[in-house]
Amino acid sequence: MTLNELEPGTRCVMKDLTADGALGQRLMDLGFFPGVEIEIVRNAPLIDPVVLHLDGYHVSIRHNEAKVIEVES
Amino acid sequence: MGSKNLLVALAGQPNCGKSTVFNMLTGARQHVANYPGVTVEKKAGTFSFDDIRVELVDLPGTYSLTSYSMEERVARDFLLGDDPGVVVDVADASNLKRNLYLTLQLMEMEVPIILNLNMMDVAERRGQKIDVAKLEDCLGIPVVPTKAKKGEGGKALKARIIDSVATSRKSAFKIDYGVLEPYISELEGPLAEDPVLCVQYPVRWFAIKLLEGDAGAVELLERTHSEADRVVVLAESCRERIQEETGSAAERHIAFARHGECARITREAVILPTEKRRSLSDRADKYVCSRIFGPIILIGILLLLYEVSIVFGNWLALQAWPVWGSLERFAADVLPQAGFMSDPLLRSLGLWVVKSTTAILNYLPIFFLLFGLIAVLEDSGYMPRMAFILDRLFRRFGLHGQSTLPMILGGVYVGGCAIPGVMATKAIPDERARLATIMIIPMMNCLAKVPLYLILIGAYFADTGGIALFFIATVTLFMALPVAKLLSLTVLRKRPSAPFIMEMPPYHIPTISGVLRRAFERVWLFLKKIVTVVAAVAVVVYVLINYPGLTANREAHYQQMQDTAVTAFMKDVQKTGLKGELTANEVLPIILFGESLKHAKIGVKDKDKAAAINLEFKVKNPVYYSVVKRVGKDGKKLNKSLKKVIKVRKKIRREARAERFETSFLGTMGRALEPVTQWAGFNWRINIALLSAFAAKENSAATLGSIYGIDGSEKSVQESMKAGETGFTPLHALALMLFMALYPPCVPTSIMVRHQSNSTKWMLFSIVYQTLLGLFVASLVFTGGRLLGLTGFQTMWTFYGLCVATTLGMAMIPTPEEKETVSTTTVKPCKENCS
Repeated sequence: MTLNELEPGTRCVMKDLTADGALGQRLMDLGFFPGVEIEIVRNAPLIDPVVLHLDGYHVSIRHNEAKVIEVES
Repeated sequence: MGSKNLLVALAGQPNCGKSTVFNMLTGARQHVANYPGVTVEKKAGTFSFDDIRVELVDLPGTYSLTSYSMEERVARDFLLGDDPGVVVDVADASNLKRNLYLTLQLMEMEVPIILNLNMMDVAERRGQKIDVAKLEDCLGIPVVPTKAKKGEGGKALKARIIDSVATSRKSAFKIDYGVLEPYISELEGPLAEDPVLCVQYPVRWFAIKLLEGDAGAVELLERTHSEADRVVVLAESCRERIQEETGSAAERHIAFARHGECARITREAVILPTEKRRSLSDRADKYVCSRIFGPIILIGILLLLYEVSIVFGNWLALQAWPVWGSLERFAADVLPQAGFMSDPLLRSLGLWVVKSTTAILNYLPIFFLLFGLIAVLEDSGYMPRMAFILDRLFRRFGLHGQSTLPMILGGVYVGGCAIPGVMATKAIPDERARLATIMIIPMMNCLAKVPLYLILIGAYFADTGGIALFFIATVTLFMALPVAKLLSLTVLRKRPSAPFIMEMPPYHIPTISGVLRRAFERVWLFLKKIVTVVAAVAVVVYVLINYPGLTANREAHYQQMQDTAVTAFMKDVQKTGLKGELTANEVLPIILFGESLKHAKIGVKDKDKAAAINLEFKVKNPVYYSVVKRVGKDGKKLNKSLKKVIKVRKKIRREARAERFETSFLGTMGRALEPVTQWAGFNWRINIALLSAFAAKENSAATLGSIYGIDGSEKSVQESMKAGETGFTPLHALALMLFMALYPPCVPTSIMVRHQSNSTKWMLFSIVYQTLLGLFVASLVFTGGRLLGLTGFQTMWTFYGLCVATTLGMAMIPTPEEKETVSTTTVKPCKENCS
């Protein structure tokens, strides 16, 4: 399943990344790699984007971008 | 003084406290500029230690060193091209794992590195224990812990920087890329063959970058390698074979290997607390980013920003005005003396330039407050939250969450300034959204547009003034948003768009020194960039509105008026005891004497001081003094007739100026444009006022004043405009207001647009499209309203409805990104989009 399908408050482990180019590179730079534990913290007031917690810091990404992150809860 | 120089680069990821470390090392000795050709800021500073003078360059904060963003390219080019003696890699100790990701990439570039573990206090507070010696051992580079915010560790860091020059040792550390290693070796071969390349650039790094498919590395290869094509083909084949062998792209293997290495090192050197606590920032975010409180807090902060910078700033600007006023008076004193009918060129041009400059300097207090407040927002960490809350809304219009601040600064309601607005777009990482934001900022209601609004509303919408002001204050947003969307769907469609992915750093309490430093830095940048150009442009505008000048015929007419007035005065002189002491040539000096006496007493409230000034002038010339100050019977009598001369002089000057203006190049242009602008209801007089506003928008009100023959308060402009334009209706006024709202950026803003978009083409585009759009909207409103037989007020709200409807309609059109994802992903209703 992909990250955008999860509700805020849940946790998951990243499995794979299905994007390349700038989006894939940027995600990898910010610590998205297989095995990393991700917590979905909260959605923005207008639902999109979403804040994630991984490895001790918070990152916000758009739901659209969360689609390329394959996870397993 | 130091005999040796050392170039040191400061690298690090965003939010690692890099600028605090930079300030700790250099103190006040720093300067800001841009890297050549890009809009990335380059900060440099110096310090001396042990007789060595160190030049420290602050590289832009980057998470990585790819060539996907301008910042990363700049940082990489500096490391490769400028050959720094040492690179200090600042890392957030409390987030070591992610920060090491950059460290490993820097090490791959084979530059001498010192790892600076900053924010040790935060790591300690979170209960993390970092084994510095172990870390040094793992990486094979010096590691220096600091707490830059508290000023701790600066000396040790300086010492290690100097040390590392003497003991320049290469780290033996290498990331094992596993299955990729044979391919790396395969590429290293032909790279090492080139005699220049293999000396200039680290071969292993180059090979890895080529395997990553890095566009910048390919460009570099083509520039430096004698057989670039062959190597590029080889790299491509390697990438294909990797894809075949492993089933995924090489760059992913590389990134994952680096992350694995970071995780391994962190496991060895850092002991994490077993118990996981929610941080204070996280708990705060529960409210700051919540659905209910988030928007309320956001609006509160924006209102506060507006109150402080615009309302308080305006008050402050008023307090500071005497400074600029005295600058103007100083110029008036130094320049050649005024004439009776007109002034010498040097004087009038000089005063014009000074006035144009002080008009913009007048905004300095507002800018200072604005820049200070932006620094507070940036340092506190609220900026990303603001973008987070509003991103969805703005994205619908091709903008970005981070477009919020520039739009507020530009004057999303009433009162702002496009210059800092355009300056603040720098923070937007998405090129397309950034340009779209730059293009709509000038449409906001800047402070300088307000006088014209007030004149027109006062004159033509007097009974519905408040509502009319609300209309113009809010309609601009409903014009700007659809335009932004339209631009991003058309001219900006091809511009690169970046993913949103944004770190939400923990909140920090901003330091006063940090905020002040940043505010001063930006004000200084503004002064350097803008003021010089404004002065130059003022000269051009001066020529445009003053030449070719009056005809000989008219000149003679005014000369005659002058002669009559002077003759009458001299007749009165003959009747007094001053007969023979005053000649006709002294009429002007007396007038000027009176004026300078008046100037000298400006701002003097103390009676004794005023008396002293009087005495000083009396001593200078008792005869003039008696006339000007009505001393004795003769003085009183002559003062009366002098006043008549002064009145005539003012009249001549005013009329001659208006006439010069009307016959000037700009005036001719205004007349020539009449056939086009008549559809918008503008006659040539309005055209002149609008043309003059290009230099600075406050000119429009001033020009109207001088065209209608009145200089003075706004009220009189309103009245005289109503009297002077008998055919004018509220509909005319509405069209004019809307045109002003969409008016092209003024000269200083245009310069800033050029600076921020880094292209003259975009600057010209923004001027042209806004002019055309303004004309279109004004014509639509004026001609449309007239054809439908609507009143100004009815047209106003019909147009408002039209704008709101367009905005809503534009929001429905999918953005280019949405189109892309719709086509690539399967159609699947996703639950996050049902709001």
